[in-house]
Amino acid sequence: MKKLISAALASAMVLSLAACGSTGDSSSAASGTGDSTAATAEASAAGETTPIKLGGIGPVTGANAQYGTAVKNGEQLAVDEINAAAGYTVFELSFEDDESDSEKAVNAFNKLLDDGMQVLLGPVTSDPSISVAAECASENIFMLTPSASSQDVVDSGAGNAFQMCFTDPNQGKTAADYIAANSLGTAIGIIYDSSDAYSTGIYTAFQAEAEAKGLEIVQTSSFTADNNTDLSTQVSQCQQAGADLVFLPIYYQQASQVLIAANNIGYEPAFFGCDGMDGILSIDGFDTSLANDLMLLCPFSAYGEDETTKTFVAAYQAAYTETPNQFAADAYDCVYAVYQCLQDGVITPDMSAEDMCDALKTAFTSMTFSGTTGENQTWAADGTITKDPKVYQVQDGAYVLMSSKQ
Amino acid sequence: MQFLSYLISGISLGSVYALIALGYTMVYGIAKMLNFAHGDIIMIGSYVIFFAFGGFGWNPILSVVVSMVVCTILGTVIERVAYRPLREAPSLAVLITAIGVSYLLQQVAQLMWSPDPKSFQSIVAGAGLKPLELFGGKLTISAEAIVTIIACVVIMVALTAFVNHTVPGHAMLAVSEDRGAAQLMGVNVNATIALTFAIGSALAAVAGALLCSSYPTLSPTTGAMPGIKAFVAAVFGGIGSIPGAFLGGVLLGVIENLSKAYISTQLSDAIVFLVLIVVLVVKPTGLLGKKINVKV
Repeated sequence: MKKLISAALASAMVLSLAACGSTGDSSSAASGTGDSTAATAEASAAGETTPIKLGGIGPVTGANAQYGTAVKNGEQLAVDEINAAAGYTVFELSFEDDESDSEKAVNAFNKLLDDGMQVLLGPVTSDPSISVAAECASENIFMLTPSASSQDVVDSGAGNAFQMCFTDPNQGKTAADYIAANSLGTAIGIIYDSSDAYSTGIYTAFQAEAEAKGLEIVQTSSFTADNNTDLSTQVSQCQQAGADLVFLPIYYQQASQVLIAANNIGYEPAFFGCDGMDGILSIDGFDTSLANDLMLLCPFSAYGEDETTKTFVAAYQAAYTETPNQFAADAYDCVYAVYQCLQDGVITPDMSAEDMCDALKTAFTSMTFSGTTGENQTWAADGTITKDPKVYQVQDGAYVLMSSKQ
Repeated sequence: MQFLSYLISGISLGSVYALIALGYTMVYGIAKMLNFAHGDIIMIGSYVIFFAFGGFGWNPILSVVVSMVVCTILGTVIERVAYRPLREAPSLAVLITAIGVSYLLQQVAQLMWSPDPKSFQSIVAGAGLKPLELFGGKLTISAEAIVTIIACVVIMVALTAFVNHTVPGHAMLAVSEDRGAAQLMGVNVNATIALTFAIGSALAAVAGALLCSSYPTLSPTTGAMPGIKAFVAAVFGGIGSIPGAFLGGVLLGVIENLSKAYISTQLSDAIVFLVLIVVLVVKPTGLLGKKINVKV
């Protein structure tokens, strides 16, 4: 009996190996002849063209899966909308999982490249993006990340990597400027995640700018990814130091713990967060009244009143039965930014990935783009984006845009 | 006063570690294996309570009991399916299987309940208990901390009595001493190990309820880090020893919290592990571990 099973297993393995071999062959053959088939298809069907192959990378499983899933949904939604409006397949999206791991992200990148990807819209998190950006620089592929906000991402891409989101230092600086200009606090406490590039990047820039603007930082407390179960000590420290505004450059899961811990000890400072705070109102079971008066610097709000946002939120809710967060909005904008270049005639579907990269680089640095995450946005040559900061305040479970003195 | 408040929250965190460590240490003592899936059983138990109490609005005590039943069944099923066939296999194979089960539970939870975190409503507050205010309000002890500490002490005492004074308890001692000899004496080894898993998993449900009541973010990876810390606590106190798990857990929680408060919030883990290394250098079997002379 055992021999029979092992024989069956062995034959299954042989078969699967053979299957691997054959799929590998066919894909390499397809990428080899990609240019010629594109040309013939264009010639035969007038008005229609072969689709531009977009690649996406992000964590759809593992600890950061909520970000990757949002990006995947946002990109897919935009692709579906564009295809439906055009009446034929303009874009074709294939999305690969990286579990937020650098090595897996590079593997995913190579797989997408083998499958004929022309433009990369990803990865989602900073560390994988730094590794993939370096690959994009050496392979000359255009990379537009929806949400990897570290400065190192664009540096590593050497001109090939562009961001749809704020760069971390930019966000920290803007937050400090806003707090100083509107006199939101006199004694500032900070709680940040020292094991996370996003959080540390914002914190460093915030601290430098706060000193320059004469804001007094009375307490700086941190935690690490392995040590984020109990944040009550950090909250107590801020209370002891007498902070009347606590700056939270952290993600909303930990921020919700901070708010609960503060409520438990009756500590009521003003709280100010960054874009990672977005999502706090949609945590299952979280008492949103605790988040009342919370301020956050965020380019996108699902409660926004403008037409672009409303249309996007309605379409997203219809497709995925949940409210989109900023990651989904950034991803949605990424597809539309590339689509804008296609409409302007900067790129054509029959271009090779390398030619497309050169064309998009020039186009992005000279164009203006308006989407769900901001109006009239422009990119610098190094790939960082310029957009107006928007500060929202939570009131009765919704975001309200704050009047700015900036 | 502030020191007292840090100390109490440290003991409370340590009590949760201790409850989880009891599950590790019992299974190690009796089956001689490290059940790395233990932390994830806590996570599953917490989700059961989240839906029973937060979702359906059941009575908090009933929710915990339901969660204990679910975890007990889950624990025994895992033991039956994943560990029993490997009873005579090398210990490394069992270890890898345990890690595999741990990942399986996390991924299944992610598929079933999505990776988005959920905010856990405290079952202690849900049962109507209020924080205790001492010294005219200068020192506030949360109801969660009090319940956690009391529950941990009660469970530890009950477990010690069970092991020392009942027939199934004696069977557990016998199996942990010498599995082969116990079998020869007529002890049903498989049933005893299954019972150990059942008790450990039921304790995991209680630990999950208390963990998430104090630190209210619930996600599919919630159990992973406390699970590892509790494993450290079990080694710290002497793995295989029930009072050792309790002592190790509480000390770990107190050291972690005090070093967070007074030394550095970043270095607290490093300090905890430094203490562990020092203890293991001086006393390789842990604080209350038995010294076993191996005759050659």
